[in-house]
Amino acid sequence: MSVRVGEAAGAPKFPKAAKELIKNAQLRRNVRHATDVIRNKRARVVAEMPDWEELRESARQIKAHTLRHLDFYLQEFEQACVRAGGQVHWAKDADQANEIIVGLLHAHEAREVIKVKTMTSDEIGLNAALELAGITPHETDLADLIIQLGEDKPSHIVVPALHRNKSEIRQIFRKKMNLPDLGDRPEDLTNAARQYLREKFLRVKAAITGANFAIAETGSVCVVESEGNGRMCISLPDVLIALVGIEKIIPRFQDLEVFLQLLPRSATGERMNPYNSIWTGIAEGDGPREFHVVLLDNGRTNVLADPESRETLACIRCGACLNVCPVYRQTGGHAYGSVYAGPIGAILTPQLQSMRHSQSLPYASSLCGACYEVCPVKINIPEILLHLRGKVVERGDAPILERLEMKAAAFALSDEGHLELAQKAGRIGQIPFQRDGVIRSLPGILSGWSAVRDLKPIPAQSFREWWAARKQTER
Amino acid sequence: MLISLFITCYNDTLFPETGKAVVAVLERLGHTVEFRQAQTCCGQMHYNTGYQAEAAALMRHFLDVFRDAEIICSPSSSCVAMIRDQYPRIAAHSGDPDLQRAIEDLIPRVYEFSELLVDKLGVTELGAFFPHSVTYHPACHGLRALQLGDKPIRLLREVEGLELIELPEATECCGFGGTFSIKNPDVSAGMLTEKIRCVLESRAEVCTANDNSCLMHIGGGLSRQRAGVRCLHLAEILASTEAEKLA
Repeated sequence: MSVRVGEAAGAPKFPKAAKELIKNAQLRRNVRHATDVIRNKRARVVAEMPDWEELRESARQIKAHTLRHLDFYLQEFEQACVRAGGQVHWAKDADQANEIIVGLLHAHEAREVIKVKTMTSDEIGLNAALELAGITPHETDLADLIIQLGEDKPSHIVVPALHRNKSEIRQIFRKKMNLPDLGDRPEDLTNAARQYLREKFLRVKAAITGANFAIAETGSVCVVESEGNGRMCISLPDVLIALVGIEKIIPRFQDLEVFLQLLPRSATGERMNPYNSIWTGIAEGDGPREFHVVLLDNGRTNVLADPESRETLACIRCGACLNVCPVYRQTGGHAYGSVYAGPIGAILTPQLQSMRHSQSLPYASSLCGACYEVCPVKINIPEILLHLRGKVVERGDAPILERLEMKAAAFALSDEGHLELAQKAGRIGQIPFQRDGVIRSLPGILSGWSAVRDLKPIPAQSFREWWAARKQTER
Repeated sequence: MLISLFITCYNDTLFPETGKAVVAVLERLGHTVEFRQAQTCCGQMHYNTGYQAEAAALMRHFLDVFRDAEIICSPSSSCVAMIRDQYPRIAAHSGDPDLQRAIEDLIPRVYEFSELLVDKLGVTELGAFFPHSVTYHPACHGLRALQLGDKPIRLLREVEGLELIELPEATECCGFGGTFSIKNPDVSAGMLTEKIRCVLESRAEVCTANDNSCLMHIGGGLSRQRAGVRCLHLAEILASTEAEKLA
């Protein structure tokens, strides 16, 4: 089975990738500025909702229920979609999904395809598969277009080009759109993108979209966006293909009332998205003549099989956890080596890959809990991180030195006698590293600590020794 | 009231003054403090790094030591969060119903220091005197897992002579995260830099918290920069009085 999550399998470990990215001060400024803007907007529009906590709890329950009965709802969705004139395809992994989509486009002799709002297509490496098959993909979401033209990778699940500022974007457009005189005002950039994209919308006859929600009851697909480019993609072409992860299913149309309140406020700090598109199958004389849904597993059923972490699949991809994550704000998204960055990426990517790769990701968190606090569907990300860390150790995949140290520490802490001995040994062991009552440099794995931090030496008397002495004098 | 102190392994070893301060405050309030010498560690470091079997053994040891204690107080919000949030999970994993019951029975008796004072003992005025400007860093586990809210702030407000200065971007993590700071030293250092910038912006003489692990991290960074700002556990500030000023 070929479970592929972007390029995570071959990506460097998180600490190594982070070390390089952290040196880029411009990147950090861009990420910090953008996440500050979004999280402040989010905080304002969430605060005005008296029933926010109830909405979160409803969403959590709807998702938990759906995941428990996913087999049922997927089939209900298929039946409803087919009834409405759509065609449903099942893809167990990335290769199969790519094959299906390439096959559909070949059947229509499409040489080009417009794309929108499909992070899942990055997960399965669709663009590369399309190009290999002689089909040119055109990203039409503005941020995705910036990424594609810049030969870059997405760094945020809602704002993929968040790491770029406007002058960087101008450089990309100047070169790739052949506009040497392009200015760097936001309106200059959006005008250039509009000109560039309109031509594609009017000419290209096939489109690929993602989905925010797929509604089992009606077989409808829902996409929310800010630009209207998604609306173009789903309404203008003759053939429309929706690539949908199986976890995107919600049971009823009415459930949207919960998610369409939570998602825009959490994602972009808007009360509602400017464009909310919901369509069902095909309609005579209006919109695409053919509508296909590709339901993608690609490791999701493995996640579902683990009751301790299956809530990972409840994610509605709002990105709120990225914006508040102090780790993400230091590194940006590329350090995670996957299309899914930040706290949700740190739990989703390793699970989609059956924990075979990216085992450094569950450790890419200080466990501060800010992600859990903002999650609109209440995914307990810190708990799942701990669960996945447990799996890394259980499988014997932790570094050997760390395993030995942890065993030694467990022994030292197993009773008071051992602990007292360890405390005494520590006092002696630290002597060579002390200068003027401070430890300024440490060897081995502790050198990272002492690179920027001093350490106070272990004092001459532990608390337990003080207590024992105090009891002695009292007698 | 008889209060059993769970000092925690790193406070015992590295920050004995914090333990002495907890004892001083509770005795000043007329309570009796006991210290069970057999205690070691709650297992947080092992659990948070993925070593669940080792953490489970430490949990059983903790239970053996404190099983019959009336009130257990610890000056570490992350260790209390470990006990409160993770012990029930570890016990459930063990499949041992007796262990699960024993843990369920234990947890309501475990208090973080500021919780014990404000919630259980119902006091905020402790007769403390500390004539310095202080800024408070809410440790993540106290803030989000224990939901301590403004309890530590209420205690600080009652300290005579103390000027409380709000810490900018207070709820951001300092970047310690236990073994996180060892496994991801560069990211941790980046986060620490932000925290130190905020501490220095506050212009306070002292940075306090109810978790010495954060303070060891923040203090380590401040010391390296020779910033002259002192890190002190909340208990040490509350223990300081006009008669017995903090050294």
